[in-house]
Amino acid sequence: MPVRIGVVVFPGSNCDRDTIHALDLAGAEPVVLWHEQASLEGVAAVILPGGFAYGDYLRAGVIARFSPIMRAVAAFAGDGGLVLGICNGFQVLAEAGLVPGALLRNQSLRFAGREVAIAAERVDTAFTHALEVRRPLRMPVAHGEGCYYADEAALDALERARQVIFRYVDATGMDAQPGNPANPNGSLRAIAGVINATGNVAGLMPHPERAAEAILGSEDGMGILRSLVESAARAAGQTSPLEAAAR
Amino acid sequence: MTSFRFAVNVTPKPGILDPQGRAVEGSLGHLGITGVSAVRVGRRVELTVDAVDEAAARAVVDQLARELLSNPLIEAYDIEPIGGASSTTSALAGEG
Amino acid sequence: MTVADVPVEPLHRRLGVTDDELQAIRDRLGGRDPNDLELAMFSVMWSEHCSYKSSRALLRTLPTEGAGVVAGPGENAGVISIGDGLAVAFKIESHNHPSAVEPYQGAATGVGGILRDIFTMGARPIAVLDALRFGDPADARTRHLVDGVVRGVGGYGNCVGVPTVGGELVFDPSYAGNPLVNVMAIGLLREGLLTLASAPGPGNLVVLYGSATGRDGIGGASVLASATFTDDDPSKRPSVQVGDPFAEKLLIEASLELIERGLVEGLQDLGAGGITCATSETADRAGTGILVDLDAIPRREPGLEPFEVMISESQERMCAAVRPDQWPAILEVCQRWGLPAAIIGRVTDDGDITVVAGGLDADGRPAEGSREIARIPARALTSDAIVHARVATPPAHRRGAPAPGAPAAVSDRLPERGMDPGAVLLALLGSANLSSRRAVYRQYDSTVGADTVAGPGRGAAVLRVRGTRKALVATTDGNQAVGAIDPWLGAALSVAEATRNVSITGARPLGVTNCLNYGDPTRPDAYWQLSEGVRGLADACRALGLPVTGGNVSLYNESSGGRIAPTPEIGVVGLLDDISTLTEPAFAQTGDTIVLVGDATPGLAGSAYAALAGVTTEDDPPDLDLAREAAVQVFIREAIERGLVASAQDVSGGGLAVALAECAIWGELGATIRLAHVASPAVGLFGESPSRLVVTARPAHAAALVLLARQNGLPVEPIGSVGGDRLVIEATAAAAIGAAEDRGGRVADTLEVPLRDLQHAWEHGLARSLGWEG
Repeated sequence: MPVRIGVVVFPGSNCDRDTIHALDLAGAEPVVLWHEQASLEGVAAVILPGGFAYGDYLRAGVIARFSPIMRAVAAFAGDGGLVLGICNGFQVLAEAGLVPGALLRNQSLRFAGREVAIAAERVDTAFTHALEVRRPLRMPVAHGEGCYYADEAALDALERARQVIFRYVDATGMDAQPGNPANPNGSLRAIAGVINATGNVAGLMPHPERAAEAILGSEDGMGILRSLVESAARAAGQTSPLEAAAR
Repeated sequence: MTSFRFAVNVTPKPGILDPQGRAVEGSLGHLGITGVSAVRVGRRVELTVDAVDEAAARAVVDQLARELLSNPLIEAYDIEPIGGASSTTSALAGEG
Repeated sequence: MTVADVPVEPLHRRLGVTDDELQAIRDRLGGRDPNDLELAMFSVMWSEHCSYKSSRALLRTLPTEGAGVVAGPGENAGVISIGDGLAVAFKIESHNHPSAVEPYQGAATGVGGILRDIFTMGARPIAVLDALRFGDPADARTRHLVDGVVRGVGGYGNCVGVPTVGGELVFDPSYAGNPLVNVMAIGLLREGLLTLASAPGPGNLVVLYGSATGRDGIGGASVLASATFTDDDPSKRPSVQVGDPFAEKLLIEASLELIERGLVEGLQDLGAGGITCATSETADRAGTGILVDLDAIPRREPGLEPFEVMISESQERMCAAVRPDQWPAILEVCQRWGLPAAIIGRVTDDGDITVVAGGLDADGRPAEGSREIARIPARALTSDAIVHARVATPPAHRRGAPAPGAPAAVSDRLPERGMDPGAVLLALLGSANLSSRRAVYRQYDSTVGADTVAGPGRGAAVLRVRGTRKALVATTDGNQAVGAIDPWLGAALSVAEATRNVSITGARPLGVTNCLNYGDPTRPDAYWQLSEGVRGLADACRALGLPVTGGNVSLYNESSGGRIAPTPEIGVVGLLDDISTLTEPAFAQTGDTIVLVGDATPGLAGSAYAALAGVTTEDDPPDLDLAREAAVQVFIREAIERGLVASAQDVSGGGLAVALAECAIWGELGATIRLAHVASPAVGLFGESPSRLVVTARPAHAAALVLLARQNGLPVEPIGSVGGDRLVIEATAAAAIGAAEDRGGRVADTLEVPLRDLQHAWEHGLARSLGWEG
């Protein structure tokens, strides 16, 4: 039986259908979780997808984080449940304090809709275990407020605690610091994605669900989704799709 | 010359659709808050102007507000003197 | 003289209604005068934008029939079947004048409006293409407009979650006072869900859902504002339309759910003309009438006058005809999506649009004490709106294309002045119109929806159709440079180029949508341009066997500074049956044979080269042979299907040299080219004669490719091969004479430019032109 993964839909989410499709391809059973629900319907993991929840009005993610479903998501995360925020979903998690830092307006003050390369800093997390350390992954970004920010002390603490899980990299594979054209938004320390202290909640700005099929230009995003699906299956005590395929 | 500090509050003109205000108002229910309505979202720009007197400083701010800080087609503004004004004397002004 | 003695212009004139039109209105009202509210409704519905009164007669000459056409002109969008139980909906529309006033909101609401035309039919919008046209890119006002429009297109499209996958950005001095913002949208629907804009069934309720109604878009009609209106009361002034993409996203989801669940009998989106337009159009189509209660319409603010409510162009609103027993379910859907919804009237059988004030009862009938404040036959506002017979007068001196085979009597600057063709090529690649548009499309989300196979940047946009092996291919094109010289030719060329761009991917064009941007139709020479443009559009579509499925007309694009060049913006959607056959324009592999298909006919007028280097006033634009164009497109699709093609690009802006450079830049591979029989190097390298392709093939397939071209009656010549780190083009003449003899048979200096120089010029040209770098 495929592992059930929840996809939260806020008013204005627009990557939910893409995320559902990618989860299908990854061997999971996607479950739509409407923002007004109080229950997560017993899913093994939750994804907050991309989009413009509430139009990104006031601040991206700030209105969405008060949606009823977020109470359940916070409780789930508090119990160690796996939660992944993609783009707008990352913004919601940051506003809700479930991951550290904030996402500010892109340094260029313009929307960035293009392909980037990110590299996983560590492959011992629920979201990255199917990846290779530092191997560049190509996938699209599409955001106006993706500049990762935290003050210097907080950033140093993040690094020490190994909470940075993805960084933007350039064609040579080096970290793309602010000012490098390969850094699409000015994110400090080239940070593209972070994980919380207990390792069960993560967020990233690029869109792995848009890089899950060769026909779309890249399959590099599939590794992130498969990592989550595998981890969720194990957490739920189910046979993972990989294990099932191996039999 | 003296320094004067102003704030320019820019808001959507009355009658103009304010999607932000509407979205904020619509979300208040989730915070369990009632009795709040007519939310309008704008922005505030604070600045210090050096001029001979307040009227002259205000004229500068007014020009800035009209030409740069607001879009007269869809926004209105008001100018608010705020604290932090300081007096500096300038040799060029010939003051003692 | 007292204030009361000062003669005031009659109300109808102040509303933009002519004396003749007023009489025509009386005729349709059984001889009586319209009251002020009715006059306001007529003034808006009989405006050029809503009624097409100057263009309707011309548009009837367009071919609209075709296999698979499910909905054509007159509906909100064209719809064509694509098999697998699916259909594609598409249309292009303009929002020119609002964008000149407030570029961000003008562009944003332009995107919003065209999207509504798509999903109101039951189709989920899957892509947007924006065709933008401005004046001189070095001009401060132009830069302000470009910045605002691009941010508006992105701001709306990105938020609503529809990818912007293509379009155009064209600079031409004639657009200086009149920028053009034409937006095309495409949607996908399951055939059984097609929903028309009709209000059937007397007794059915009329429901308005979406945003509340405010004063948006009330322009000239503000003369009707009541006597208390003063300049000091900003709330009474005409309002710029502000778009809310978040509301639109909710509207899309709610509307598609209503349609999928069969909850509406008819659905119409509100755009120009507001409630008046939506009700009169849907009633007219169904042969019914609609009774509207003013008081039932949700308002954004208090104090709106009746005329303001009826003609307001507040965005993100929809009007549905529904069965009374469906109302509770509809209300639940709207509430779940956070959209206000109200019963605002009912469908009647009297054929009139009747406006009452004072409330409705539970059945949607006027309540006790309500009064009727307007009554107009629906068709008087729409299908029976006035049609003007305008006068078309061609200009005194008309240009014609040179006859095929005529000697090249063009000014041939290249060899005489020793102009380095490589320098010319770099100048063209770096020019504002031919350089990469990346600086603009990077501000758009082109991948949301996870269906984009080919986005902006190269050729036509390609979207896979999930669950099938198919793909949709789309593009927009418009040739205003030739249109300014010969409006028929400009329009025909636009259709040829747009369809060619689709065919070279391997896809079969399905249909054409058009946005006709022209000047003031009351001026005979401008009306002549429009009529010639429609004729060119019709002739080209017939020759290519394609239906026109709908579109838009934008007139009066002129100001004291001048009139825009005739600009027929053509949108084409094509179908690729098997996405694995998708062919790209970039050079594919070192060693591939490069083949040129088609003839270089003389004529440089209207070309990018002419704009750069200047040509004599006697030069003409190149000829277009529609039969040849059709044959070229049939050939390339067949060649691709047979697996003979490695890459395919068409020759257009900048001519052959630019086409080859683009293939090289995109493929990151150089090429060595030898052009024989070149009478005029300027024409051979940079001429923009149509119906030509640059096709590459693996050497093993080259012979078959050439044979297939010849079998299709096409001139074809292998001209070189792919490889190396530079583009080299030698142009030679059969019999070298004069200066050419001295250069060993070449007619111009050899063009030789390193790939990285081509790339650099192409990548930075636009940002440099707009002052966006640094």
